[in-house]
Amino acid sequence: MKRKELESCLQQVDVFEKPKLLLEQYPTRPHIAACMLYTIHNSFDDIEDKLVADLGCGCGVLSVGAAVLGAGLCVGFDIDEDALEICSRNIEEFDLKNIDTVQCDVCALVPERFSNKFDTVIMNPPFGTKHNKVQDLLTLIFGDVALWFGTCCLCCSKPSCRCRLVRRDVDVSASVGRC
Amino acid sequence: MLLLSYLRMKLLTHNMLTSHVKGVTKGYPLLIKATEVKLTDVDFNSEFVSRMIPKIEWSVLVEAADTLGHLNDLPRDLPPDYESSEDFLRKVHHVLLEVEVLEGNLKCPESGREFPITKGVPNMLLNEDEV
Repeated sequence: MKRKELESCLQQVDVFEKPKLLLEQYPTRPHIAACMLYTIHNSFDDIEDKLVADLGCGCGVLSVGAAVLGAGLCVGFDIDEDALEICSRNIEEFDLKNIDTVQCDVCALVPERFSNKFDTVIMNPPFGTKHNKVQDLLTLIFGDVALWFGTCCLCCSKPSCRCRLVRRDVDVSASVGRC
Repeated sequence: MLLLSYLRMKLLTHNMLTSHVKGVTKGYPLLIKATEVKLTDVDFNSEFVSRMIPKIEWSVLVEAADTLGHLNDLPRDLPPDYESSEDFLRKVHHVLLEVEVLEGNLKCPESGREFPITKGVPNMLLNEDEV
């Protein structure tokens, strides 16, 4: 599948109907989602037949993309049931069998239980411009996640829309490029 | 209009979930009580299944499948040469990815707290006094 095809596909994903300000909900744009996923799929082979976690999956743009690219199983985690409802609608419309979702607070996940389980973590988490505490927690999680969540973590940061790839084994942040 | 009929919890996902109720030290594994289970068809990929086996808690998977009545003839002990047995891998594939819980709950083994599974989505959110 070409990147443009993936992007077209992701344009069909339903997004938040009433984004919640407190949760900083906004959908990952199809273009940047396609860039992110395409890169980790083609350059790093970290999607196809892998166990993927989508932290803060929201409506499921990234999960749908990962599933479409052939993830073995993608598990989306989100705190908001309204978002998960839209996510489930998307899963049904795309007829995807390789996505599970879990409603939880990702900040409360237990690291030990997840270490070395997931091959890849993808996420576009709330950036925390409005709630520093959330940002701190997520930065903490993101930092931890890079260490104990499998081998690869891709995080999309809001302001610059730059994809950041942090590899566990190398422990170096490298920009994959500006999308 | 069909809503949330497509979601489910696979046993591979269940294998990762744990209870983090305050004060609980042993929140794993969560005991499944299912009121609605569904079987589905998922394409078999031997390499994926083979790679997942070392990542999961095997006894927890066996217990979960057994609880749901879908253990069939999956062995309780992991055979040493499982990577080369397609027959075995297919059985694992079935319980990992094709047995799905739609409704029920997950019970913390220590506190007894039940986390509901509604339309296939486990809700692990804690109340304020449990955090």
